Formats: sequence, C-alpha cells, structure tokens
Amino acid sequence: MKLLKALGLGAVVVGAVGLAGFWFLTEPKRLDAAVLASAGAAGDASRGERIFWAGGCASCHAKPDAEGDARLELPGGVALKTAFGTFVAPNISQDAVDGIGKWSFDDFANAMMAGVAPDGSHLYPAFPYTSYARMKVEDVADLYAFMKTLPAVAGRAPGHELGFPFNIRRGLGLWKLLYLSSDPVIALPADADPKVLAGRYLVEGPGHCGECHTPRDLTGGSRKGLWLSGAVAAEGDGKVPNLTGGEGGLGGWSAGDIAYYLESGFTPDYDSVGGAMADVQRNMARLPAADREAIAAYVKAIPPHPNGY
Amino acid sequence: MKKLLLTACFVAVAGLAHADPVADREALMKSFGRSMGELGPIAKGEKAFDAAAVQTALATLNENAQKFDPAVLFPESAGPGESGSPNIWTNWADFEARATKFKTDVAAAAAAPPADVAALQATMGMIGGNCGGCHENFRVKK
Repeated sequence: MKLLKALGLGAVVVGAVGLAGFWFLTEPKRLDAAVLASAGAAGDASRGERIFWAGGCASCHAKPDAEGDARLELPGGVALKTAFGTFVAPNISQDAVDGIGKWSFDDFANAMMAGVAPDGSHLYPAFPYTSYARMKVEDVADLYAFMKTLPAVAGRAPGHELGFPFNIRRGLGLWKLLYLSSDPVIALPADADPKVLAGRYLVEGPGHCGECHTPRDLTGGSRKGLWLSGAVAAEGDGKVPNLTGGEGGLGGWSAGDIAYYLESGFTPDYDSVGGAMADVQRNMARLPAADREAIAAYVKAIPPHPNGY
Repeated sequence: MKKLLLTACFVAVAGLAHADPVADREALMKSFGRSMGELGPIAKGEKAFDAAAVQTALATLNENAQKFDPAVLFPESAGPGESGSPNIWTNWADFEARATKFKTDVAAAAAAPPADVAALQATMGMIGGNCGGCHENFRVKK
C-alpha cells in the first residue's frame, strides 16, 4: 500500500515536471525589442514593395484568383489543404478589426521572423516564418511601411481546421526548437560571388522557395540535406520540381534560362509555367532583373541531388 | 462479306474524321511552343531583331491559336489525358473565357506585330501571361 502511494506520488511528480518542462520549452520567444525599435523607425514604403513581391504575400493573402491591383487587397481566404489539416490564410489588410491595422512594427516583425502572434501565441508554419526568419530586419521594416500604404479590407477569413494534436498551438514551441533557425541553409564563404550571396538571401529568406521545393520529414520539417531537390506537393498529389543540378533537376538550364523563366514564364523549350508556380512567377516578374539574375546564380550554385520525392 | 467490308470502310473513315482530341490539343499546344521558340531568342537578345521573322512567327501562332476550340478539343468524354486537370470541366466558363482571351490577344499581336525588341518582350509577356494563367488551374503537373 505504501509502495503504491509512493508510486502514485512519483507519477504525479514526474507528470508535473514533464508539464513544467513542456511549458518552459514551448514558450513563444519574441525578438530583441531594442533591435526592432531602431530598424522599425527606418522603414521605407517604396523599398518595401520589392520585398512584398519577393515574399509572395499576395499569393496566399489576396482573394483567391485576384488579378492586377486587386492583388494589393489582402483579406485572406486562400485555403491550404495539407496532411495536417486545412490552413486558411488570414486577413492581413490594414483593417483595424479584421486585419493587422493595429499591429505595431514589433508585432509585425515577431510574426514574420519568430512566428509569434501579438497575443503571444505561436503561429502555424503554413505561414513561412521558417524562411522569413532569415530576412534582414531592415527589409521587414520596409515591408511593414509598404503594407501600411495598402487598403483596409473588412471581413475575417474562416479559421484553420486542424485535428488533435495539431490544434494545440503551444506544441509548436517544440516544433520550432527543431526547425526554426535564422542560419543560412547553404554555407557560403563571405567572399563568395555577391550575386550568389544575394540570391541565397532571396531564395532562402523572403522568397521561401524551400517551403515547397524541399521535401519534408514526418513532422513537417524541411529536410535541409535535400535542399531544393523537389517534393511531393503539400496539396493534392502533384510533384514540385527539383531545382538542383542532380538527376531530374535543372542541370540543363543555364542561369539565363532560369532568370528568363522567372521573368516570362517560359521554360528553355518554350513550355509554360503552370500550377501554383504561375502565381509565384508573376510575383518574380515584378522584381528588378538583378534579383532574378541573383536567384538564378544561387540556384546554379547549390549542391546537386536526385529528385527528393 | 460485302457488308463486313463496308462496315470496315465506314469505321476507318469515321476513325479518320474523329481524330483523338487529346492528341489534337497536345499537338496544337506544341505548335504554340514552336512559335514562341522562334520569338524567344529575339526577345532575349540572342538573335538580332528581324521584323519579318517576328511577323511570320506571330502569323503562324495566330493561325494555330484560332483552331483552339475548347468544345472540340476538350470534350468531357475524352477525359483529362496525361496533363489536363478535372478543373477544366468543373470551371468550364472560366476555361472557355481564358481560351477566348488568348485567341483575341494573339490576333491583336499578329495584326500589329511589335516593331522592336522592347515591344516584342512586352508581347512575349502578354502571351506568356495567357499560357500561365490557364495552366495555373487547368494543367496538372507532369
């Protein structure tokens, strides 16, 4: 009887320690407020437009199938049906109630780079902060300034539809410990070709190319050892192409071919862009030519892998 | 025997008249790609601007584009083939509208061909936008 009591007590203690440990490990961590304060003040809306298109914000947050100027209206609503459940992109317009009109730069930067909402809860990585974490805080400040110039659109997008355990936001703290890092994926020497370095920033950071083009493990983390080698699409049963020079990849494409594809949507044999990439390509077409050339130079420089799917 | 021969002849003729719509549409789209392949190197600056060549390529593209009849090439009975999406038949009105826009845009470009490289680049972008806009929802990745 005594033994049983002791065992019971032990279980309670272990359980409590476990819970405390879970609570401690999963606590949402915000960025350094001092760093944000100085960067936020220098945000420039005209520079921010480039970051807006590089980041592909409109692809998920504009109304589904919006074209032209309507892509600057961001009421959300695009649904991403994945193996974990359905994620719905929220309203990120300047509406004070339904959108992010009341967010400070601190709130915005913490969402973008740390995946933490203004109320301190974790955001789901369907919002690719795992890539945006590699952005320069100055660029995030420019983006914030640009988004301040965009219209307020009323209306709240429906919530996510997720089953257990994915509906427990706190658990994302553990996921972030494993997968959230601001370090570059591909190590390059500081004196590497500036074009390749600029491309690495655009691809691994704002462009978040790896979110679709890199295969994921069972818990949804990017398999960085197979970086950009192609993956099974998160939605449906399609494949996302291998961008590396390995078998099945883009080895036959020159840097010029890649840059021209991003500009015009035409492959080297004049087939056309399709699927979800069509929208990404329209975003890339809005960037300065130098950015597309940098992306192409980086894609030609990454390690080759056979198809990752 | 006569009857059988007659039937065989009839089947053969019917077969010729009703060529495979999946093969037809794929061949037609490949022809668009060939026309763009004539224009692309000029737009990219790999070949010198040649007004006559641009005009010819656009005329050929237009001639083929006008053959793009959704009702004939995409009967639901023929199925999606290797790369068609079932979305074609669930969003038929959008599919048809995009086909019409493509034909109108190409006809306009062929009627007033671009006079320099910059204008050709704009034309390529406009045509490419039509291709990608339709392939976004209506083509399945290979």
